[in-house]
Amino acid sequence: MPTLKCPVCGNPVEVPDDAMPGELIEHDCGVVLEVYRDQNGNLALRPFEGVQEDWGE
Amino acid sequence: MVKVFFLYDVLRLDEKMLLDRLRARAQVEPLHVSSSILEIGGYAEADVALQRSISFYRAMSSTVAVESWGIRVINNSLALAMAEDKAWSLSVLYQHKIPVPRTLLAYSIDSAVEAARKLGFPVVMKPLMGSWGRLAALASDEEAARAIAEHREMLGSMYKVHYVQEYIDKPGRDIRAMCIGDGVPAAIYRVSNHWITNTARGGRAEPAKVDPILEDLVIRSCKALKVEVGGVDVVEDPERGYVVLEVNAVPEYKNIARVTGVDIADEIARYVVEQAKR
Repeated sequence: MPTLKCPVCGNPVEVPDDAMPGELIEHDCGVVLEVYRDQNGNLALRPFEGVQEDWGE
Repeated sequence: MVKVFFLYDVLRLDEKMLLDRLRARAQVEPLHVSSSILEIGGYAEADVALQRSISFYRAMSSTVAVESWGIRVINNSLALAMAEDKAWSLSVLYQHKIPVPRTLLAYSIDSAVEAARKLGFPVVMKPLMGSWGRLAALASDEEAARAIAEHREMLGSMYKVHYVQEYIDKPGRDIRAMCIGDGVPAAIYRVSNHWITNTARGGRAEPAKVDPILEDLVIRSCKALKVEVGGVDVVEDPERGYVVLEVNAVPEYKNIARVTGVDIADEIARYVVEQAKR
């Protein structure tokens, strides 16, 4: 399980081995993080900004 | 083995369940639309694609791109476009003799107020696009209707089309029914004291009984809009019976699955794979 750094609080975040871009992870610091691939193709984390439109239930 | 493109932008629980069930039945290639480059007229091999992007604009544009590769997308671009636009979908549903709320379109602040007066208060004023009940407003009198219309006019061109709808005095609940192909595997009541009953807005989900009339209405609504996998919002009018509010073409279903126990994700996966074999 790779450990990445939370871009908000700087603490470690454990990311599941099978994580995919677009996956959301709730971190202890209260921020929802989105998994994405950086320019080098590595998994990275950024704060999830939500979706402006949707098809909600 | 059937190959399925899975188009998505955010992996919610709904998408994770779908991926899991699809992988049990087919070779799945996830396509994270937000980080993809899709060429119109490009080439890729798959038997079918399932569209699960939450963002309408991502869903629409990635669907037309994949369709240009000669791959069928569920739901297709026409279905997405018709379902997203409330006026378009209501027009098509009406033409297919499906009961819909009385709705007036107006194109200025004064005419929006006049439209509300014509319908009789309270009225519902919604944006033409969007869901989760966002920006839907209940105007109880002319002053409120005018204030809402004035605010809408400031939001940009899409909001200058005023969609003014009769308020249906539903019995503290509405219905979200899941339609997959020719079947309605499950439905829920969304119970709320608030007039907006979406579970995303705090509505409580309970299993709903799908009687033959509701089943027929839900299937006909989806067929009219070319939607193969859809969530249909229905209200119960004290006089008219079932009235269809809208059809969602990339429907969330986790609450339907949770409260009814029906494995909606598996039903969708089975349908998608079956269609690919045709």
